[in-house]
Amino acid sequence: MENTEVKKSSINKGHGLWMFRKMVQIRKFEDSVHDIFARGDIPGFVHLYAGEEAVAVGICAHLTDQDFITSTHRGHGHCIAKECDLKGMMAEIYGKATGLCKGKGGSMHIADFEKGMLGANGIVGGGPPLACGSALTAKVKGTDQVTACFFGDGGNNQGTFHEGLNLAAIWKLPVVFVAENNGYAEATPFHYASSCTNIADRAQSYNIPGVIVDGKDVVAVYQVAREAVERARRGEGPTLIECKTYRNYGHFEGDAQTYKTEAETKEHLAEKDAIQRIKQYLTEEGIATNEDLETIEQEVEQEVQDAIQFAEESPFPAEDQLLTDVYVSYPTDGGVA
Amino acid sequence: MTQKLSFADAIREALDLKMSQDSDVILMGEDVAGGAEVDHLQDDEAWGGVLGVTKGLVKKYGRNRVLDTPISESALIGSAVSAASTGLRPVAELMFNDFMGVCFDQLLNQGAKFRYMFGGKVKTPVTIRTTHGAGFRAAAQHSQSLYSMFTFVPGLKVVVPSTPADAKGLLIAAIEDDDPVIFSEDKTLYNIKGEVPEGEYKIPLGKADIKRSGSDLTIVGIGKQVHTALKAADELAKRGIEAEVVDPRSLSPLDSTTILESVEKTSRLVVVDESNPRCNVATDIAAMVADQGFDFLDAPIKRVTAPHTPVPFSPTLEDLYLPSSEKIIAAVEEMVGETLTTA
Ligand SMILES: Cc1ncc(C[n+]2csc(CCOP(=O)(O)OP(=O)(O)O)c2C)c(N)n1
Ligand SMILES: [Mg+2]
Repeated sequence: MENTEVKKSSINKGHGLWMFRKMVQIRKFEDSVHDIFARGDIPGFVHLYAGEEAVAVGICAHLTDQDFITSTHRGHGHCIAKECDLKGMMAEIYGKATGLCKGKGGSMHIADFEKGMLGANGIVGGGPPLACGSALTAKVKGTDQVTACFFGDGGNNQGTFHEGLNLAAIWKLPVVFVAENNGYAEATPFHYASSCTNIADRAQSYNIPGVIVDGKDVVAVYQVAREAVERARRGEGPTLIECKTYRNYGHFEGDAQTYKTEAETKEHLAEKDAIQRIKQYLTEEGIATNEDLETIEQEVEQEVQDAIQFAEESPFPAEDQLLTDVYVSYPTDGGVA
Repeated sequence: MTQKLSFADAIREALDLKMSQDSDVILMGEDVAGGAEVDHLQDDEAWGGVLGVTKGLVKKYGRNRVLDTPISESALIGSAVSAASTGLRPVAELMFNDFMGVCFDQLLNQGAKFRYMFGGKVKTPVTIRTTHGAGFRAAAQHSQSLYSMFTFVPGLKVVVPSTPADAKGLLIAAIEDDDPVIFSEDKTLYNIKGEVPEGEYKIPLGKADIKRSGSDLTIVGIGKQVHTALKAADELAKRGIEAEVVDPRSLSPLDSTTILESVEKTSRLVVVDESNPRCNVATDIAAMVADQGFDFLDAPIKRVTAPHTPVPFSPTLEDLYLPSSEKIIAAVEEMVGETLTTA
């Protein structure tokens, strides 16, 4: 295990403000989805990322559109951090034809390959092998693209996690595995379901670096991510970063969350709140003024409102869309056999 | 004596009954209890499954017999299978049948084949409770109907109940059965209510049920599609056609006798199956009737199924994806070669 002593002074203004904007986008987007879902305007079920913003943002700060990420059922934050379009995302969550996946995928399957976002994933543990695949593409083609693979504390108990880490390690694939340890998988606590004390401990078995970081502190995530991404770009193989975090809402909307304690909720939603912390950092370091940040918050508020309006005004998919997109080509119409 | 229970309550009652009678019956799965090792949580506040079907059982039987597993479906299904072949009678809950993709080896190559590979010397009395079905707006990875795939596998028995009473009686039979049984519940049926016999109540696997009798046409429905078939039958009755609705209840073993007898009487067959159309149960039943009941038929057999596509998320598309009474009536019209109008 490597202990990370975070040097906080090396974030430039551009990155600092980008991270703040992205975190606020995620928070406002998710708070809005929470409200809209409660009114009954969003079909199905949604898993919200609010509270965990620092993880996706601190990691993706080092990635470009050329780099890849794999995601989870709790994917809205990853999408936003990877610069997916808010309107296209919101429309997808509403099941509208203008959604990023034409309304066919929904909240759990938002993808935008042009942004390197390889898809939210309804299968826990679906990501690590897929991350090995995109990293293999980069390696074989000789590019310097990196793949970040997000998964939860529940996901780290799937065989696919272990297979993925091992494969990435022996082939020195450019992957950064990012464990989002929010303490729970549905209603099951991490300490019950996992035999390890820290997910990062599992890196040792695969001979790769394992790092633990405060996942509510975007500056800290940013620092460890930089090292892991650079290592991957240099062709030195994968890193496992464990971000200790917390989800502000329930597992899905409607979860009574009886397994949480009041003390932890208070700690995470107030004292440790990631957005308050980056605000404080940016102002204390003289990177931005409170007014600068308020302006960003107002702009984001408008962006999210625009996304909602766009989604609400968009049409549902046309009926013929049911039978399209199953294959690239198929000698019959792909309809009922 | 009967009582009015929801589909979910009927399943819980069957589990409760078998657990009270047989200490070898254990439950295992993700959050089947919920809140494992959460100190402040009373057991009656625990989730009891993601849709609450097993709520309350951990309080009654304790965490030694109601086991929350990590998210490790291979370990869940594999350990259930092997516990079964070594002396327990586990009921494993696979939250969504779609997750069979993660762990199918433990059934396909392991549990389903033990009996045959080991020369008939081993029993594997495991029940896998799982959920299937679209209509929940849960998209492509949480909405499939995969019972057709399981029916394909020699060594597995497959049960798909359509009513609360059947759910109770069939689940008890499944748990008592000495072979591996997939018990597949349509998640959109959990809240439907029906009269359910109290206490001991068992329905043998491989026994179809005639849910409505009629002389003009046979409609075989699977699971929730029994209800769609009944709705279509009511509509058809207004147009002078009396449909018989047959619910196979278990797909493996399949009660072909009851289906054939019905077709012999009605000379026409529609099969309604929500699974995708290639190599599905509708196709299997149609082939069986074409093979063994060809002389009974006055018209080609019709299948009403989902299309050959994944399940779409958008509500408008998902509604189109599903079989419906309108689609059944259209199939009947095609079959009789005329448009049916209300008399
Ligand atoms: C293979 C599989 N098993 C189970 C589930 C049901 N499920 C969805 S999310 C979840 C919990 C995931 O926990 P974790 O990995 O910690 O992610 P978090 O929800 O905390 O972000 C479960 C059990 C699933 N979607 N896929
Ligand atoms: Mg978690």
